[in-house]
Amino acid sequence: MTVYAAPGTEGAIASYRPRYDHWIGGEYVAPANGQYFENPSPVNGRTFTEVARGDADDINRALDAAHGAAPAWGRTSVTERAIILNKIADRMEEHLEELAVAETWENGKPVRETLNADLPLAIDHFRYFAGAIRAQEGSISEIDGETIAYHFHEPLGVVGQIIPWNFPILMAVWKLAPALAAGNAVVLKPAEQTPTSILYLMELIADLLPPGVVNVVNGFGAEAGKPLASSSRIRKIAFTGETTTGRLIMQYASQNIIPVTLELGGKSPNIFFSDVAAANDEFYDKALEGFTMFALNQGEVCTCPSRALIQSDIYASFLADAVARTEAVKQGNPLDTDTMIGAQASNDQLEKILSYFDIGKAEGAKVLTGGFRAEMEGDLAGGYYVTPTIFEGKNSMRIFQEEIFGPVVAVTEFGDFDDAIKVANDTLYGLGAGVWTRSGADAYRAGRAIEAGRVWTNCYHAYPAAAAFGGYKGSGVGRENHKMMLDHYQQTKNLLVSYAPTKQGFF
Amino acid sequence: MGHDVPGAGVARVALTDDAAALLVRLRDKHGELMFHQSGGCCDGSSPMCYPDGDFITGDADVHLGDLAVGAGPAGEGSAGEDSAAAGRGSFTVPVWMSRNQFEYWKHTHLTIDVVPGRGAGFSVEAPEGVRFLIRSRLFTDEEWERLEA
Repeated sequence: MTVYAAPGTEGAIASYRPRYDHWIGGEYVAPANGQYFENPSPVNGRTFTEVARGDADDINRALDAAHGAAPAWGRTSVTERAIILNKIADRMEEHLEELAVAETWENGKPVRETLNADLPLAIDHFRYFAGAIRAQEGSISEIDGETIAYHFHEPLGVVGQIIPWNFPILMAVWKLAPALAAGNAVVLKPAEQTPTSILYLMELIADLLPPGVVNVVNGFGAEAGKPLASSSRIRKIAFTGETTTGRLIMQYASQNIIPVTLELGGKSPNIFFSDVAAANDEFYDKALEGFTMFALNQGEVCTCPSRALIQSDIYASFLADAVARTEAVKQGNPLDTDTMIGAQASNDQLEKILSYFDIGKAEGAKVLTGGFRAEMEGDLAGGYYVTPTIFEGKNSMRIFQEEIFGPVVAVTEFGDFDDAIKVANDTLYGLGAGVWTRSGADAYRAGRAIEAGRVWTNCYHAYPAAAAFGGYKGSGVGRENHKMMLDHYQQTKNLLVSYAPTKQGFF
Repeated sequence: MGHDVPGAGVARVALTDDAAALLVRLRDKHGELMFHQSGGCCDGSSPMCYPDGDFITGDADVHLGDLAVGAGPAGEGSAGEDSAAAGRGSFTVPVWMSRNQFEYWKHTHLTIDVVPGRGAGFSVEAPEGVRFLIRSRLFTDEEWERLEA
């Protein structure tokens, strides 16, 4: 067991500055309006740094820097860009522990997750796209013996990216790595709940990237996000968040005729067929862990398996074991490596989760465990903690239909295969799903029948690079985490060339 | 008003006194306002407040009602019928939701409240250090009969 010292205290391996400006043109730049906002840690609710409160002026300065850098960056060879991405990965790996502690302090998630998931995945993501861009090839179509169509990949130019607060560094890297590999310059706006860990990273890799290739402007959505998303000076906008803002961003994009990628969340079903309980073995244990994955990252994951569907004949026994497994989740200081669930990222997030406890109970759902705010002691008393919660109810209830974004799972039972698929697909969303069975054929049939972009089969919450991630239905547009993401950040240039000496014959 | 949901004359939406007071301040800064109820990831399930018309609504949306602000106790019925409460500095704020989302929400009454916090998204209250929040309750049998009428 290790308990890391909190940033700003004696012995801490990560330390935040007392104030953060914008990162523009490879250096810190004070906000044009001189304003800053406070950044509290969800671990104890206390402010640990203040952050520039950007507006349209700052966005424009960042766009100036990005436009200044984009032409030269776009001309670098893929070898050069791959080398830089690999160097970024190496630098992050050297500072992995430090970045993990910084990330935990800002977001509230347990450090064992930042150490073993967020940071290693982010590092690997840079390496994956370093490799993918080296291996990417254009194409040639031989139209006829003397006419050839050449296809080249070209960068879009300057792109905008708006990052969520649930995995501040990892989600930024999911968007940055392909954009940079493809040769684009970026203006990135972090979430206002988690504005600084990405700046911590930018500072760490400042010497590796040409100035202006990545620019970070903080601020509130209405003040900084909107001028970025609606700017006529970006060639693409990428956003992870919720549906209303997603639609708003599409509306802005339509005014400038630019593409969007949107990842807008889900209400992911996690299906347990009865043969899961055919033996009380390692696989059964794995399935119970799969159920409990709703508590990973405090449930603040777009693919949180927040609807568990259990087949009727094992329902009572499996659920009893699942409740026991959930009650064994250790909540505590996020900086303690033994802690399995930390703090929700913000106070309003905590309040929202509590409001769902109210409507869940009002609709007649039964609380099997949890259902309340976790009162912590000592230094953690001001933090935002929720006890992992299991509701039992029906799929028509609102707790089965809305992404609570907390450690809350809604459980119901199903009779047969068709019933399972019907319930699983009875949702506005289609981002993730889980299927648990010992039958390969059932797993395959279920995976193909579920309307979701990612179906974890006998696993859950794994996010390796090279596995495409994105949504069906209301969950968004586009795919991340895969080399196909390069296409989302590139133009196709076609040269249609005639080598024939003879005229076409029309005139 | 093809976007009005059945029973739009019955209060489907209301707001707390704190939320009403905040709307008065926000309107001074941003002009007329609107709400669109979000869904999905991160700050999903939060009501988003925009300058009226900034978010383009269409056939994919339903109009749940208009919140009347400054026209008597804010917590009490604030649906469309009260829009005549013009003058005296009072104003209305329309509340919208995606039509498909409404199918899953229609049996619940929504009250817009405000809590300390820091929402993401482009909602105009976030810079104030507060966040609008939906509080829900089931309609009573009596209300449900009126809605279905």
